[in-house]
Amino acid sequence: MAEMLVLIDHTDGHPRKVSTQMLTAAKRLADAAGDTVAAVWLGEGAADVADTLGAFGAAKIYHWDSADAQGYVTLPQVEALQAALEVSGADTLLFASSNHVKDVAARLAIRADAGVITDVTDLEVVDGALSATKEVFGGDVITKCKVAEGKLAMFGVGANAFVAEESGGGSPEMVALEVSLSESATATKVTSVEKQASADRPDIGEAAIVVSGGRGLGEEAGFKLIEELADVLGAGVGASRAATDAGWYPHRYQIGQTGRTISPTLYLGSGISGAIQHRAGMQTSQNVVAINKDAEAPIFQIADFGVVGDLYQVVPKLVEELKARKG
Amino acid sequence: MKVIVPVKRVPDTAGEKKMDPNDRTLDRDAGEAVLCPVNEFAIEEAVRLKEQQGAEVTVLLVGPENAQPIVRKALSYGLDAAIQVTDDAISGSDALGTARVIAKALEGQEFDLVIFGNQSTDARTCLVPAAVAELLNLPSLTYARHLEVDGDKVVAHREHEEGWDVVETTLPAIVSVVEAINEPRYPSFKGIMAAKSKPLTVSSLADLGVDPEQVGSNAATATMYEFAERPPKEAGTVVEDDGSGAAAAALADWMAEKKFV
Ligand SMILES: Cc1cc2nc3c(=O)[nH]c(=O)nc-3n(C[C@H](O)[C@H](O)[C@H](O)COP(=O)(O)OP(=O)(O)OC[C@H]3O[C@@H](n4cnc5c(N)ncnc54)[C@H](O)[C@@H]3O)c2cc1C
Ligand SMILES: Nc1ncnc2c1ncn2[C@@H]1O[C@H](COP(=O)(O)O)[C@@H](O)[C@H]1O
Repeated sequence: MAEMLVLIDHTDGHPRKVSTQMLTAAKRLADAAGDTVAAVWLGEGAADVADTLGAFGAAKIYHWDSADAQGYVTLPQVEALQAALEVSGADTLLFASSNHVKDVAARLAIRADAGVITDVTDLEVVDGALSATKEVFGGDVITKCKVAEGKLAMFGVGANAFVAEESGGGSPEMVALEVSLSESATATKVTSVEKQASADRPDIGEAAIVVSGGRGLGEEAGFKLIEELADVLGAGVGASRAATDAGWYPHRYQIGQTGRTISPTLYLGSGISGAIQHRAGMQTSQNVVAINKDAEAPIFQIADFGVVGDLYQVVPKLVEELKARKG
Repeated sequence: MKVIVPVKRVPDTAGEKKMDPNDRTLDRDAGEAVLCPVNEFAIEEAVRLKEQQGAEVTVLLVGPENAQPIVRKALSYGLDAAIQVTDDAISGSDALGTARVIAKALEGQEFDLVIFGNQSTDARTCLVPAAVAELLNLPSLTYARHLEVDGDKVVAHREHEEGWDVVETTLPAIVSVVEAINEPRYPSFKGIMAAKSKPLTVSSLADLGVDPEQVGSNAATATMYEFAERPPKEAGTVVEDDGSGAAAAALADWMAEKKFV
């Protein structure tokens, strides 16, 4: 019986949504193969989340309760993962396919001579080995990928690739990792952390609904309207590059080829034309709604529901209608 | 200070993309090839270091022989020299294989700072910069939205979902930049003319001392074995707003029916 490792991505002591989604997928795959799932928690607070991770399928938690995990860049996490791989003997590791975690994966893959597949949207067993689905060229082409036999297989899982489901597991076994950091691991220090995101709006990477605005808003103040719509829906707020370039909204909310890639259940874009570089970041959304005054805008080609009209007329009415339906 | 900027030749995103069914790689001759737009931010940052601190900047491209116009394009921003690594055996490399070639090429150079783009617009793995840093046992400050080099110290603002971390280390170091870092200028006419005569070194794997068994499709630890084009989306409902509010109501109904409210 082997273990499948899941690196838990967390913020402020809470696992991100992608982490419970990964655990759910790992549990399903491990059950089928007669394996078990072990979570890896790097940083303080493992005891507080043990039951949650157990409920989503972790039978064991390898943890390293050290502030160094976040106090230095990348390498402490790599070295703690090396320790986890060594004690578990795992040949599969799932991680969140988000920017900073990908760095950890890249360095670990070099050290462990592993194969890495990023931005995975599905995992299945094909001929006794894990096969990953990955979309390329902005979602135009859907591929299946494998890691070479005998290598540690590392899969970077995108947010919302899987639906998180509790599997009723009990308290996981807690295993503290012994990590002695190399000299290079503490060479790059985090001197401060700037958190700017609104605490009560979900991150666009994992939000079920994302509402976004583009050049059609005409001015920075237009985002107030987008935020109002988002808050009625409990949605995250995104933007096109035209809007971030104009300085109307910060770059980290940009959706598209050179911004974030999102797969929410609903994407609702207002005043966005749907340029190919924008679609590259959102066309895997399950449902797309577009509000645009130009009936010829390319975004309508991929919209499940489109409203041709002035967003300054349509969006305020939509907010009213949604509020009425919420009661 | 010596700076190296690794740049990639990528298909134009707006152009046609075709997969080659024989070797399951992108048919790179199907559409137009360009300098990866993300690398323009890295080049701009390097040009600023050149202007402000007299940095000497070299571009490095791993790619086929016909990528040379892309190398010259990169030079046209006012950079000093170029290295192109070209070898048939590189074809089919995965991100880690590419990183091995880049790391070997860097090993043979003197440098204080290597400035990558955070991703390439075609592969988008974001793995190459950190993998190169690991191979060279160097610190990596990636996803920089702001960069400062002061003596042998480098400070970066590393963008993340909620804001950014301020991180610092000592040179030599590897950094990668996101598009928020600057607004790249256009190459000047003088720069374009000068690029034609800037020194360009073309190296093979043997020149770099790379074992061809270590790279290319045979050494790839991650491989794609099947692909399909995304099925076209069925046409959705489109309503026109006539000012009565009916369109917004219809959308709200649809959203309620789909349980989004
Ligand atoms: C290398 C590269 C990378 C890029 N990366 C990205 C990326 O990551 N993300 C991204 O988004 N873009 C990216 N772009 C830019 C992309 O090509 C488009 O320029 C951009 O997406 C356009 O943004 P927009 O839709 O907001 O603006 P526009 O294309 O100008 O569209 C505005 C739309 O608003 C509509 N409109 C105007 N007024 C109203 C109104 N009152 N009511 C309703 N509708 C109205 C118009 O009809 C129009 O369709 C990239 C480009 C390049 C070259
Ligand atoms: N073939 C290549 N030659 C030179 N640099 C590259 C190459 N491939 C990737 N890079 C660099 O690595 C960065 C990240 O690319 P990627 O990991 O493919 O998303 C790019 O922005 C480039 O700076």
